[in-house]
Amino acid sequence: MFSLKPKSLTADKSDKLGRILVFVYLAMFFCFLVLPLFALMSKSTQNAEGVFVGLENFALYLKDPTLFKSFFHSLFVAFVSTIIVVCLGFLYAFALQCTCIPFKGLFRVVSLIPLLSPSILAAIALVYWFGNQGVFKEMLLGHSIYGPIGIIMASVYWTFPHALMILSTSLSLSDARLYEASDALKASKLRTFFTVTIPGAKYGIISTTFVVFILVFTDFGVPKVIGGNYNVLATDIYREVVGMQNFQMGAVISIVLLIPALLAFALDQFSRKRQASQLTSRAVVYVPKPHRLRDNLLLCYCLFITVLVLLMLGMAQFGALVKFWPYNLSLTLDHYNFEVAGLGWDSFFNSVRMSIYAAFFGTVIIFIGSYLIEKMRADKTLRDALQMIALMPMAIPGIVLGLAYIFFFNMKENPLNFIYATMIILVINTIVHFYTVSHLSAITAIKKLDSEFESVSLSLKVPIYKMFFRVTLPVCLPTVFDIFIYLFCNAMTTVSGVIFLYSYDTTLASVSSIHLDEQGDVAGAAAMAMLIVYISFLVRGIHTIISTFLLKRTQAWRNI
Amino acid sequence: MENVNSYLSIRNLNKSFGKFLALDDVSIDISPGEFVCFLGPSGCGKTTLLRCIAGLEVQSSGTIIQNSEIISDLPTSQRDFGIVFQSYALFPNLSCFHNIAYGLENLGWEKQEVTKRVDELLSLVGLSDHSAKYPSQLSGGEQQRIALARAIATSPNLLLLDEPLSALDAKVRVHLRQELKNFHRRLGLTTVMVTHDQEEALSIADRIFVMDSGKIMQSGTPEDIYANSSNPFVANFIGMTNFIEGQVLDEGSIKVDNREIAINSHSYKKGTKVIIAARPEYVQLAEKNSNNTFVGRVVDVEFLGSFLRIHLETSIMPDQPLIADKPMIDNFSKSIAIGDNLSFTLSPNHLNVYERDN
Repeated sequence: MFSLKPKSLTADKSDKLGRILVFVYLAMFFCFLVLPLFALMSKSTQNAEGVFVGLENFALYLKDPTLFKSFFHSLFVAFVSTIIVVCLGFLYAFALQCTCIPFKGLFRVVSLIPLLSPSILAAIALVYWFGNQGVFKEMLLGHSIYGPIGIIMASVYWTFPHALMILSTSLSLSDARLYEASDALKASKLRTFFTVTIPGAKYGIISTTFVVFILVFTDFGVPKVIGGNYNVLATDIYREVVGMQNFQMGAVISIVLLIPALLAFALDQFSRKRQASQLTSRAVVYVPKPHRLRDNLLLCYCLFITVLVLLMLGMAQFGALVKFWPYNLSLTLDHYNFEVAGLGWDSFFNSVRMSIYAAFFGTVIIFIGSYLIEKMRADKTLRDALQMIALMPMAIPGIVLGLAYIFFFNMKENPLNFIYATMIILVINTIVHFYTVSHLSAITAIKKLDSEFESVSLSLKVPIYKMFFRVTLPVCLPTVFDIFIYLFCNAMTTVSGVIFLYSYDTTLASVSSIHLDEQGDVAGAAAMAMLIVYISFLVRGIHTIISTFLLKRTQAWRNI
Repeated sequence: MENVNSYLSIRNLNKSFGKFLALDDVSIDISPGEFVCFLGPSGCGKTTLLRCIAGLEVQSSGTIIQNSEIISDLPTSQRDFGIVFQSYALFPNLSCFHNIAYGLENLGWEKQEVTKRVDELLSLVGLSDHSAKYPSQLSGGEQQRIALARAIATSPNLLLLDEPLSALDAKVRVHLRQELKNFHRRLGLTTVMVTHDQEEALSIADRIFVMDSGKIMQSGTPEDIYANSSNPFVANFIGMTNFIEGQVLDEGSIKVDNREIAINSHSYKKGTKVIIAARPEYVQLAEKNSNNTFVGRVVDVEFLGSFLRIHLETSIMPDQPLIADKPMIDNFSKSIAIGDNLSFTLSPNHLNVYERDN
């Protein structure tokens, strides 16, 4: 007969663990994203004494013509830079994906170099090229590089790889059958370009536009170094907060900066959704055929861009080594002492430590978070909420997040107050700031895993966490490595996120570079910026070696 | 009134997803060692039922009893079963050996014992040479057998198969379902398979549960379900059937198209509106004069290898053509052309009658 003892409905241990973790993640996002932003917003509605004044600060902002002007400055440089980058990037991506030019690998590597350098590096190099004592000062026909011209040129340099990555992907997805159909219908090459290539890359172009626009609109480092008297929103926030201690106005400008960024982000998400449905799994990969004139022209173009990139990098390095620009061009390593800042190499090692922590903990947190969202069985509502919050950091400018952190963690009554002015807050800020891109690549990798792995494992009585280490993690290892290096390089180069958060003991290389420049030691700033480039190169090199070895062992099953 | 001999009993199981009722008061009994199939169109609830047995879905209400123990409230990891999924879900980074050893290693077995057991299982599924290979190096059929070996490695007492053959080519599928049958004969393991392929279910199962809209429509042996479908849904889903509308005159006759046709037995009252189900192979095309003989015009002829499928336009089925199957061995079959008028007879012994709803 039956043993009809009722047993209470129990979930698997793995389910319980998963549920606890989802709550932990929600709590983390709440503490390190939602509440700080809330603190920022409430700050914008208070006066200096902390009394609620409604929208009075916003009214003040609108009445101040100099502050309000910065808004249009930001819009202007972002708009012009975006148009230039999208055009240059599209042509470059087209050359890499849809033509038969040689040295594609080299061109790809060169175009990604700006990712390894802080955005201020380009601004510093431009000072050497076109500044008051620049080599080609005359080429600007009397215009100053300090201002919109400099901001736009430097912004184009550092956002170029971001544009290129999106555009290359969207062009690489073009369907060969459409080109064949166009050929069969006797369309000319040019007509094919406008009726097949461009529409195919349409969403990529739209997405690039939004991404580059947000990057330039919210950037702090470049306008700080080369903006001169041309104020933009990000530098206004810095000046209000650091220069004038007017935190309320800093909060107001942050919100003014945040809203267009959020809007652009929302539009980008919308267009990405449409792109996904456009792709069919039956598409045939397009393989370009040689076309002499086109290939030669584009080869020249790619060489031209390559030379420009190398000239920027080379000039920054040369400037860092020259004794006294432009009067004494003999070489020296003196500028690597960083004495003007009074910190020597400390800030450099702080940066390396911070980047390793951010990369390590960030990778662990992001990967497990993505796994929870993708693979946990219950609590769909909570997981959806988590997914939505995970997308948010992408829309929040670094400088806004940094300011929000000050407001929130500097409050005496905040139990998390102890992390203020420590390495911890820098690491957390960096992880949150760069969360979304890594999160999305982790989600993509985990989505590719069979949805029944967990079920099989449970049926064989193997707990999910064991399977996670035995199967999920090894299979996703390439993505995990990519996330690590992405976080490391960004942590090394970021300025805007951490400019408000470092303390005397935790200065960072990129911030030092800005301060060196502020103090007139441009060569020191260049030297520091180049150090960042070299360490990023080095770590990337180590990453490549380790991952080749490790991947050979763990990914053997892939290449059979 | 539980069946004392049953190994797996499901009592009044309900499962809803929001407003959608995936399982509607399902009660079934499965005997020890039996091979049963849950058969039905997609969305009928068959996979949900299987996942409830496995604990991968939690029922909204109802009880599942396995081996005299209530398991419906136990988590998956405490239930006793092995499972093979449609995708096989083999771990891609583990060799076949380690895929099969996966559950055993966790039991704390000695290495030697694990190796012995895995070798035994590999030879059972006939893949001893493939021990070191990765799943991606195997064909679909081989992957399926590794998944099967992995599922039974820890010697569960119940084997669940979720559309295990659907991902395979037609020929491999036919071959493997025979193997699955042999496998079951050798091990005597109580097995539940979910499939939407009626041919598969008919050829492999001891007993079939036909499902639709979350309900069990009929259960029985394959022969029983085919020959004596208890309702129009089953008659239509299992094999092909012609549906002819009629009205009961008396016990042995039904009025169809203003004529009286003979029918062996039915239990409906005089005047009941009914539908008559006639299998295509029982539509006799030979000339025969009886009450049950009608005339139809050929509108289409399909050549299907061993037989011809003839579509006839006839007054007793005004909405769609009546289908008649004719073996090709027959000389007569070869001379049929579109537009011909043919007589056909509905044999009284092979007609099923169901009440019409409206």
